[in-house]
Amino acid sequence: MTTPLVEMKNVSIAFGGVRAVDDVSIELHAGEVVGLLGHNGAGKSTLIKMLSGAYKMDSGEIYIEGNKATINSPRDSRDYNIETIYQTLALADNLDAASNLFLGRELTTRFGFVNDDKMEAETRKIMARLNPNFKKLKEPVSALSGGQRQSVAIARAVYFNAKILIMDEPTAALGVHETEMVADLIKELKAQGLGIFLISHDTREMMDLCDRVSVMKNGKMVGTERVENVTEDDILSMIILGKNPNDTAT
Amino acid sequence: MSDHTTAAPAPRRTFLQSLEVDLRLLGMVGAFLAVCLVFNTLTDGRFLTPRNIFNLTIQTVSVAIMATGMVFVIVTRHIDLSVGALLATCTAVMGMTQTQWLPEMFGFELGHPMIAWITIAVGLFVGAVIGGAQGWLIGYQGIPAFIVTLGGLLAWRNVGWWLTDGATIGPLDKTYTLFGGITGTLGAGPSWIVGIIATIITLLAMWSARRAKTGHGFPVKPMWAEGLIMAIVTIAILGFVAILNAYTVPERVVARDPSVFGCEVAEGCVAAYGIPYSVLVLIVVAIVMTVIALKTRLGRYIFATGGNPDAAELSGINTRLLTVKIFAMVGVLSALAGIVASARLGYHTNDIGTLDELRVIAAAVIGGTALSGGIGTIYGAIIGALIMQSLQSGMAMVGVDAPYQNIVVGAVLVLAVWIDIQYRKRVGAK
Repeated sequence: MTTPLVEMKNVSIAFGGVRAVDDVSIELHAGEVVGLLGHNGAGKSTLIKMLSGAYKMDSGEIYIEGNKATINSPRDSRDYNIETIYQTLALADNLDAASNLFLGRELTTRFGFVNDDKMEAETRKIMARLNPNFKKLKEPVSALSGGQRQSVAIARAVYFNAKILIMDEPTAALGVHETEMVADLIKELKAQGLGIFLISHDTREMMDLCDRVSVMKNGKMVGTERVENVTEDDILSMIILGKNPNDTAT
Repeated sequence: MSDHTTAAPAPRRTFLQSLEVDLRLLGMVGAFLAVCLVFNTLTDGRFLTPRNIFNLTIQTVSVAIMATGMVFVIVTRHIDLSVGALLATCTAVMGMTQTQWLPEMFGFELGHPMIAWITIAVGLFVGAVIGGAQGWLIGYQGIPAFIVTLGGLLAWRNVGWWLTDGATIGPLDKTYTLFGGITGTLGAGPSWIVGIIATIITLLAMWSARRAKTGHGFPVKPMWAEGLIMAIVTIAILGFVAILNAYTVPERVVARDPSVFGCEVAEGCVAAYGIPYSVLVLIVVAIVMTVIALKTRLGRYIFATGGNPDAAELSGINTRLLTVKIFAMVGVLSALAGIVASARLGYHTNDIGTLDELRVIAAAVIGGTALSGGIGTIYGAIIGALIMQSLQSGMAMVGVDAPYQNIVVGAVLVLAVWIDIQYRKRVGAK
């Protein structure tokens, strides 16, 4: 089998006395979408935040393309070509789309000043591809709809050629049409060979988009299954009961 | 489809939309002009004389310099209550440096030309260190800025008192006091040269910005609008120089030493003050701070952090170090304001800069800086400082008693913020 793009081994983190993620291992291959499911507080977002550098794990190891990785900050994570789209949409509301897209990685002129015109031109290009209806380039993103804001967040991941994409409930705030758009985009990115971690509460959506799903409960990994081997009901019972009904059946 | 839409005729735009001017800038300038006109009427034309405009300008400099830094502090959702006290510590250090430490410890003769420059360097350094230390407590130790700088407000003025044994320090060095305003001006000829160079640079900058936009195929404002704004800018810069140059040196001052003003004898000698050095300092500060705000990564990170601190952090911005930098900047600006303030007095006194923190915060807020963070402009803060100073000196000229002056200034502060909130609600901006 090929070397996984990401391998998290026996990862744990505790906040106070609570073991938010307890000895969890998970892997992700190129061109694969792995779904993370579980109740609120099951540890999905926490697990993913250790990969994106927002949290620092207490114990465990992360391997990126077979090499041991040290991720202590969001910047480290970016250096490994990991991009994250957060549930809360990490956008600065008072800045326009281009400033947000390039936040932390501004294009500069040869004198070291930020090159707004160039960034706007690049933003126009990528937006024409992702969301052709996107026109409000000059306005602060607070003036945009949920879908438009989401496209800014996604554009950020796509523009910087991420290899590993983490999407934490990317469609939670979106309408039907916009959700479809995001789903199409996930399929397109997957076809390009990215590895994607997807977190969502929508089991049906997950069955449609993911290659494998991992279910977490109370900080522990319940199990990982290929979607073609399980039904939606199996997944639900894994989420609720914390075990795979097929395991007991056999 | 997106490529073809640009070829479609642009929707009809109103006059102001074509000009693409910031309506809030227009509003603030309008408010400032209204204040000036009202006082001019009340004082029978004494308010808008070259002499009073000259005085108003030099009185505003100290607060305006600090207000540009306060914009960054407030934009990142912090506050700095210590600027007035910090100013006093810096002037105490600078007063002692030039009158005692340098002459006594290092053997500089009083009046040595290097004294002023060494003093200024020491002052700016002390400002940066104290500001940076406060920033470290706020950014890295997580103590709220309100508390750290409230402590600073109590502490620093009295550190100044301790350094000077509470004494008034002076008279200050002759070169140093050139930064005080009327004590150091360019004179008529050089003022015109500065004005013309400033105009040319501004017009070139506007032109190259337009070229860059057309180069990327972005829409630009119509030529007539560009031309009109260029004309207004030219008139504003050169008009300002003309007004300052119109304030001539009074005869009795010329009579003291005509040679200073390029005359052999006092009779018939007409000399203009021109642009004060302190105003040049403010202009340079304003330009540098505006460039930082709009054209550097530092500025972008300041505004991003103000808009959403979590997003900034997750984007890989070191928001802690950013806090240290911002407060160090305010420290340097407080020292700079201290140079202007003490040079204007000719002395360091214990109460120098008292209540300046409130004037500075008020100036930034009147200038449209939002305490909720993420929004603010440098030009706004400077206009805010000008509005505050015009109100105060206008009322003094009309003869309003000091307590009533403060009531009016307080009411204007609240009113200005209320108008700003209403305006933002109208246009739907946050």
